Amino acid sequence: MSGITVNTKINGDPVEFICEADETLLDVLRNRLGLTGAKEGCSTGDCGACSVTVDGRLTCSCLVLGAEAEGHNIGTIEGMAHGESLHPLQSKFLEHAALQCGICTPGILVAAKSLLEKNPDPTETEIRFGLAGNLCRCTGYDKIVRAVQDAAKEMRSGKSAKSKATAKKRA
Amino acid sequence: MPLDNAPESKRKFNVVGTRPLRPDGIDKVTGRARFGADASAPGQLVGRILRSPHAHAIIKKIDTSKAEKLAGVKAVITRDDFPDHTGGSGGLYDTLCNVMAREKAFYEGHAVAAVAATSASIARAALKLIKVDYEVLPHVTDVDEAMKPNAPLLHKDMFTDGVDPKPKKPSNVARRFEFGHGDVEEGFKKADIIVERSFKTEAAHQGYIEPHAALASMGPDGSAELWCCTQGHYMVRDVCSQLLGIDIARLRVTQSEIGGGFGGKTTVFIEPVALALARKANRPVKVVMTREEVFKASGPTASTSIDIKIGVTKDGMITAADGTFRYQGGPFQGCSPAEFGGMSAFAQFHLDNVRAVAYDVVANRPKTISYRAPGAPMANFAVESVIEELAHKLGMAPIDFRIKNAAREGTKSSYGPTYGPIGLGATLEAAKNHPHFKAPLGPNQGRGMAAGFWFNFGGQSCVTLNIPIDGSITVSVGSPDIGGSRASMCMMVAEELGIGYDQVRAIIADTSSLGYNDVTDGSRTTFATGMACILAARDAMKKLCARAAATWGIPEDAVTWEKGYAKPAGANAGNFAPLSLKEIAAASPGTGGPIAGHHEYSADGAGVSFATHICDVEIDPETGRSQIVRYTVIQDAGKAVHPSYVEGQFQGGAVQGIGWALNEEYIYGKDGRLQNAGFLDYRIPVCSDLPMIDTQILEIPNPGHPYGVRGVGETSIVPPLAAIANAVADATGVRFTQIPLSPPRVLKGIEEAKKAGGKKAA
Amino acid sequence: MARVVLWGSLKPHTGGKLEVDIEARNVGELLARLGETYPGLQNQIKRGVSVSIDGLIYREGWLEPLRPDSEVFLLPRMTGG
Ligand code: FES
Ligand code: FES
Repeated sequence: MSGITVNTKINGDPVEFICEADETLLDVLRNRLGLTGAKEGCSTGDCGACSVTVDGRLTCSCLVLGAEAEGHNIGTIEGMAHGESLHPLQSKFLEHAALQCGICTPGILVAAKSLLEKNPDPTETEIRFGLAGNLCRCTGYDKIVRAVQDAAKEMRSGKSAKSKATAKKRA
Repeated sequence: MPLDNAPESKRKFNVVGTRPLRPDGIDKVTGRARFGADASAPGQLVGRILRSPHAHAIIKKIDTSKAEKLAGVKAVITRDDFPDHTGGSGGLYDTLCNVMAREKAFYEGHAVAAVAATSASIARAALKLIKVDYEVLPHVTDVDEAMKPNAPLLHKDMFTDGVDPKPKKPSNVARRFEFGHGDVEEGFKKADIIVERSFKTEAAHQGYIEPHAALASMGPDGSAELWCCTQGHYMVRDVCSQLLGIDIARLRVTQSEIGGGFGGKTTVFIEPVALALARKANRPVKVVMTREEVFKASGPTASTSIDIKIGVTKDGMITAADGTFRYQGGPFQGCSPAEFGGMSAFAQFHLDNVRAVAYDVVANRPKTISYRAPGAPMANFAVESVIEELAHKLGMAPIDFRIKNAAREGTKSSYGPTYGPIGLGATLEAAKNHPHFKAPLGPNQGRGMAAGFWFNFGGQSCVTLNIPIDGSITVSVGSPDIGGSRASMCMMVAEELGIGYDQVRAIIADTSSLGYNDVTDGSRTTFATGMACILAARDAMKKLCARAAATWGIPEDAVTWEKGYAKPAGANAGNFAPLSLKEIAAASPGTGGPIAGHHEYSADGAGVSFATHICDVEIDPETGRSQIVRYTVIQDAGKAVHPSYVEGQFQGGAVQGIGWALNEEYIYGKDGRLQNAGFLDYRIPVCSDLPMIDTQILEIPNPGHPYGVRGVGETSIVPPLAAIANAVADATGVRFTQIPLSPPRVLKGIEEAKKAGGKKAA
Repeated sequence: MARVVLWGSLKPHTGGKLEVDIEARNVGELLARLGETYPGLQNQIKRGVSVSIDGLIYREGWLEPLRPDSEVFLLPRMTGG
């Protein structure tokens, strides 16, 4: 089988990989690049566990071929925290106990971040529809919605510098 | 062994009851946490499974020769690679038959062969080259159909157990159970009103977002390692070793992070297959199920058909309750939770005359496995629907009717034993006083409620607690953490030792590092493994005191432990400055070496659990779609160790119940094939379907636990089906006796009622 | 001597009796004697049972003592999710 060489950027870093024609971006991330933060819950675009951004747009990486990533910027959960500082969404998910098993969490965080970039002050309904493509079987979504609301509030008030301290305390 | 130290009701907790951050949190929000499919081994192969396209077929011959010749294929296995080490009968043999079909394929999706290859595409190609010669047999998937005398038989040697005399003809009814007391016929004679109805519920899947995954390696000498996502890695170890015929000690199972289980990961599916492939290939093999495989070949819950008859006097006393519960559990006996349906159905009532007859039925569907409070939600749906209808007939508020007939301390339960202190009354009273109960309803809205019961249990746990020289603490537990239990374990250890939560860290040990632990099920982990943590901390405390005593040169019993310090017990013991945990730990190399606490036991005294749910639903009269507009869960937690995660269990269970009530169902075609094996067509609730789920935690201490803790994980899925059906009945005037209450079914019910010109049952 | 109550469908194995008196000091002895006295019950006992003593359910606990006035029920083996 002949491989395809693909050049892309992942979380800002240039990455070159070789993949087969039928491999999805999710396969490539997980199996070739060791980025297992994106999860495969269905491989049919129904669960959102594999959520990444492609040029800033929220995408199910199980629906994109690896070869299609050529020339694009991919954002994954692994790029969400900066150094020791967690993203406010990450901190708020911990604070609000917005995860039980945590398998949906990377996808939901990526989706929530993308939502807040477009809409920094969403209503509860907007959050609920914004996350409707991400299944969570454990939490009933209540604490997830609250965590997103709280993170949005904190991000609007611009005091996310706090996250660094909390990240340290947790470690 | 219930502890003799009953909870001091006025005990002031320092750590328990607070909401600290979980120890595995950062790994989980950064994508670092390693779940079942996230591990790899050098030289690993991809394992894939060939599954039966037929619902019922004899497997005449399997030809693997072409697949074996394909370049890149390193192993192909079939039933021939699983010689029977189980003795040919019993639950373990059924597990073997389920893991890899033997004479027959019993359902669409039943594993018939597997391959290990150097890439996923080669593995897929190899599956296509395996030729299976089937003789297709007639099949049956519906529980009522399966019970008919002329139904296609799954097993020629299945004679219903528990009937007298023993049946002469085989059938698909594996077992009959009967529970109850008093005389229901006499009881019905005393009734002024009797309601009798039949119900049906469809199978629902646990729907965990993480598909089953296993990474196995095994040498020709039988030494093996397995990494997998399971609710019980000791169970996986024991079952796999027995199926593969190796010593248990040769297999080391490491628990990955687990992406949801809800009962569905309390058995093995792909784990023995991965090991058998690894043995044959002599290389590591990773097997991950697709979502389609999860739906078709891992355990959904039972589908049911239920008849309920309840009689009451004019003043609202129940005189008799009778139920027949038929549970379809897939192709093997003992898998449907029929007995728990029968036992739990009437458990929330004080009844003089009650009878529950339950049938465990086999059919051509995947082998069912536990789903949160297995068997109880369906029975509760039927019973609590009839209760609501009776209340209306009586002209009594349903809540008052329930309170009047509620089980209480001293009630002889419907399954036999007499209740000790229980929290049902408290949840009902709390519901009655809840603002939700009095809130006005909008147009097309209705309100319903239901009370539910689950057993809870304890089981075997083993915990080790190690104290390194800086006085920090590692707790090794063997119960997989499926929803934040590591945090609770740390909290209980910190509480017991009188130290800060931050000083304690809990890990899940592999099967070779720690003694046996039961599967994380039955809401047992916080209760039983938590209690083992407390007792291990006490063991460590004794040793810490002994080190202090040796340092001071006084007898061990002259030293006590208080808030993180060893102190002389009294003035007579001597005048020594207290030694902190840190100081004792720092001195440990010179005072006798490492300090560790340990506890192993089988916990009992879990205590039963009750919950009451209130639900408001709005029906779109045009489409029949139900929208949950408000939902409240009230449940007794004994003592909430980490209230956020207790709330999370309440909310998660309620929403799973909402999905089951409104949308989730296994849909079979005439060909016996599952038609909706994906999240698009098997629709679990999404964020936009739901409101916030309000919770109220009641704390009625469990006398069987030193802090009063009760299991909370399962009861929350019991009342939603009935609460929602009752709300829909309130909104539409139509009593639905079949779930899910999918839009077409509700619409049809409303339209038929309109035609009939009034209220009716659908 | 302990009086143990069986669930309804075990009747065929005990000659129609739902309550049986068994000489046993603890759960383990109870199960062993039950199986000896009523061989028809052995299958079920092997497959797994729970025992309720005074309202508390035991899945294992063979050493759990039985007092003469204990309320004892034999129940199917409990499992959960
Ligand atoms: S794995 Fe991509 S949406 Fe489910
Ligand atoms: S936390 Fe388990 S699926 Fe969301």
